[in-house]
Amino acid sequence: MQYSQKHLLGIKGLSKEDILAVLNAADTFKVYTQRDIKKVPTLRGRTIINMFFEPSTRTRTSFEIAGKRMSADVINIAGSSSSVVKGETLVDTVKNLEAMNCDILIIRHGEAGAAELAARHLSNPVINAGDGYHEHPTQALLDLMTIREHKQELEGQKVTIVGDIAHSRVARSNIYAMKTLGMDVSVVGPPTMIPADMEKMGVKVFHNLEKGIKDADVIMMLRIQMERQNKTFFPTLREYSNLFGLNLQKLKKAKKDVLILHPGPVNRGIEISTDVIDGPHSVILNQVTNGVAIRMALMYLLLGLSDETVN
Amino acid sequence: MNPVVLNSQQISRAISRIAHEIVEKNSGCDNLALVGIRTRGVPFAKRLQAKIKSIENVTLQLGILDITLYRDDIQTGRSHPEIRSTEIPFPVEETKIVLCDDVLFTGRTIRAAIDELMDFGRPAGVQLATLIDRGHRELPIRPDYVGKNIPTSKSQLIKVRLNEEDGEDQVILVDAPQ
Amino acid sequence: MKLLIKNGRVIDPASGINEERDVLIEKGKIAAVEKKGSISESSLDGAKIIDANGCVVAPGFIDMHVHFREPGFEYKETIESGAESAAAGGFTTVAVMPNTNPVNDVRSITEMIVSIAKAKAIVNILPIGAITKGLKGETLTEMADLKEAGAVAFSDDGMPVSSNEIMRRALEYSHMLDLPLIQHSEMKDLTAGGCMNESIVSTELGLGGMPREAEDIMVYRDISLLPRTKGRLHVAHISSGNSVELVRQAKAKGLPVTCEVAPHHFILTDECVRGYDTNTKMSPPLREQWDIDMIKEGLRDDTIDIIATDHAPHDTVDKEVEYAKACFGIVGLETALPLTMKLVDEGVLTLEKAVEKLTITPAKLFDLDKGTLKPGSVADVVIFDPEKAYKINAAEFKSKSKNTPFDGWDVKGQIVHTLVQGKIVYSNT
Repeated sequence: MQYSQKHLLGIKGLSKEDILAVLNAADTFKVYTQRDIKKVPTLRGRTIINMFFEPSTRTRTSFEIAGKRMSADVINIAGSSSSVVKGETLVDTVKNLEAMNCDILIIRHGEAGAAELAARHLSNPVINAGDGYHEHPTQALLDLMTIREHKQELEGQKVTIVGDIAHSRVARSNIYAMKTLGMDVSVVGPPTMIPADMEKMGVKVFHNLEKGIKDADVIMMLRIQMERQNKTFFPTLREYSNLFGLNLQKLKKAKKDVLILHPGPVNRGIEISTDVIDGPHSVILNQVTNGVAIRMALMYLLLGLSDETVN
Repeated sequence: MNPVVLNSQQISRAISRIAHEIVEKNSGCDNLALVGIRTRGVPFAKRLQAKIKSIENVTLQLGILDITLYRDDIQTGRSHPEIRSTEIPFPVEETKIVLCDDVLFTGRTIRAAIDELMDFGRPAGVQLATLIDRGHRELPIRPDYVGKNIPTSKSQLIKVRLNEEDGEDQVILVDAPQ
Repeated sequence: MKLLIKNGRVIDPASGINEERDVLIEKGKIAAVEKKGSISESSLDGAKIIDANGCVVAPGFIDMHVHFREPGFEYKETIESGAESAAAGGFTTVAVMPNTNPVNDVRSITEMIVSIAKAKAIVNILPIGAITKGLKGETLTEMADLKEAGAVAFSDDGMPVSSNEIMRRALEYSHMLDLPLIQHSEMKDLTAGGCMNESIVSTELGLGGMPREAEDIMVYRDISLLPRTKGRLHVAHISSGNSVELVRQAKAKGLPVTCEVAPHHFILTDECVRGYDTNTKMSPPLREQWDIDMIKEGLRDDTIDIIATDHAPHDTVDKEVEYAKACFGIVGLETALPLTMKLVDEGVLTLEKAVEKLTITPAKLFDLDKGTLKPGSVADVVIFDPEKAYKINAAEFKSKSKNTPFDGWDVKGQIVHTLVQGKIVYSNT
């Protein structure tokens, strides 16, 4: 199975084969990450630029570790979008990186479509590390890898995503991936946090947590953005937590062997209680481990393909 | 018709001879391990392991290397071989290791294999066994054990077919299409 | 100097003519519109003759909604370049919106626009004054002064008048001056952070939505204010199907409301936004097929009075950026005819009706002495080949800006000549 795309800009548009190609490769890379010497020489001499216009510790570090384990030179650019303030556009920034022969550009940006815009101006592969509320494809891939590790099969699994769906790129990427792989997806949140025409994405919509997680094999809790309170999406954190926070009591509605995922960082006691985070169902740290393997796999797959072999 | 350079019986005899040579050269089986290079180095190593068991009644440790990530031609524009796992289930440190591969050609695969092996520790020594040596070395690498030397032109292909992978035992020489 | 346009099909909705006629122009005015061949060429000694065989000869188009960016944003468009773009699109009269820098909210700016237009523009430029100072929605402009300087209407286009009180007073005050208010209908608090229509497409793309209700609510509010204020309301670039229905109901009650639609709103849906091409970003945003169907129905039954382009030039600096950061709007003058011809091909409008919505109707709505070929009228004329097929090439636009989602489209309907006061200002030969 081969990954057929030049970039990874989003999960939408990937075939089942593309997704499985990454997951399969990542399974192997995970073995490498567990050796004493975790570094392989595969990408020696290649330059990977980690351009983050939004603050992120986990994702940026994960990409950096992945690149370094492949022996690539990884350069972090903390684009606080300050260069944009100074007058340089994203397109100009990208053209400069192109001129410096960057082999892979990893971009995290606050605006939807930024990765696609960058890819239009770069001849080398681009990995979207999150663009606005659009997509966060590597997160979805590492989530699937984690689910497959525990459940073996992906097809037919019942997944419930809970939280601020409207402002979640993690939710979108996961929904695309899960629908492509034949999984059953529900979303739960207050109507103010469910975007327009959500059902057309092929998911069931619930506004009640207990109903939404009934018989779920997997529950994915999304981080609630504290700063969004003042935009009237919900009255208080207290009420949000009462209605949509996951605790051991509510968890009983799900299957006995349910997995709990969270893309992090977690607000303990708000969207998810501490006993659930640290409990037996939680695979939150496995997600982090798998993130490195997924990103190594992607770098390997993206750099192996020349222009001629990509459609 | 492509000429058969080794048939099933000849393969078996060659492996048998190499097994004896390994035991002889290392004065027995102490501190010795076999490592097959994917793909067909693996059944080759397994057959050596079985043969040595029948000679010395010792089961040597067996490892598997997938050298894909250590290759030096990763970006030549072809799509990637699927990578599979490397399994070295024994300490490499202070062990004499016999690398096993089906065909020795440029030597680049062996270079990659040695590099990967070193990431597992510092072996006491590394030897090389190959079923076919077809020449055209590009690196200063020489085999310690050879099933058969077959002079080839660079454009030709040596196809080793082993029961475990291909359902038959045979080595053939193919004139590569233009 | 005489000029004879012969062998063309004259479409002049104002006088009910739609047949082959010859048009004689003398001293910048229409001298005669006679049966084909009945004006003897020998009697014209030395007159210039245009053979319009196979072409339509119509009054020059009138666009009541363009942005020419001067003063303030001359790198996007100037009055001069905008006028050339207009001429290339068959437009002989355009009304320029006041959202320049400084805003056209005082007499001196209006006069400046008029004087630049007089010196440099090859088509007629009509200034639209601001409703409120600085488009801030707080204080009314000196509308009477602006009118005297040449303003033909008032609008805070782009910055809708959100205060109910200010809108009420603006309608009352403009009624005194007998000029219409043009409202860009958008409740900004409902579209905050948005950059496209709110739908499954905005959901999938993760872009902020601008729901059609933001338009509907303001259209409804403005219509509600009409009976008491007696003001005239013109709804700019209608895009929501519900708003079309609101205007239809208001017209049925006899209220003084009119509206316009821009070609992109009857051709493109928000599906075009996929791929994040910033040339699909406009305000109001591209909506859905249902809205297009409602708009076409509105064009058919004259709920939608006129076609206006909302010509909004932007430099690549403002467009080759992240979607949410890009400026709203596209250039429209040079694609208006071929896009309108699509309505004719689909049977939504007859060719005569399409010409009417581009000529005499806008002239009537804004009290312009234009839009007809009746003898004695000013000789603003467009000659176009309705059947000529070609590919839109933005690089060849006369406009300084090339921001259009229609680049490379196969269309038909090409401008051949544009005449202003009897003078040829554009020829495609």
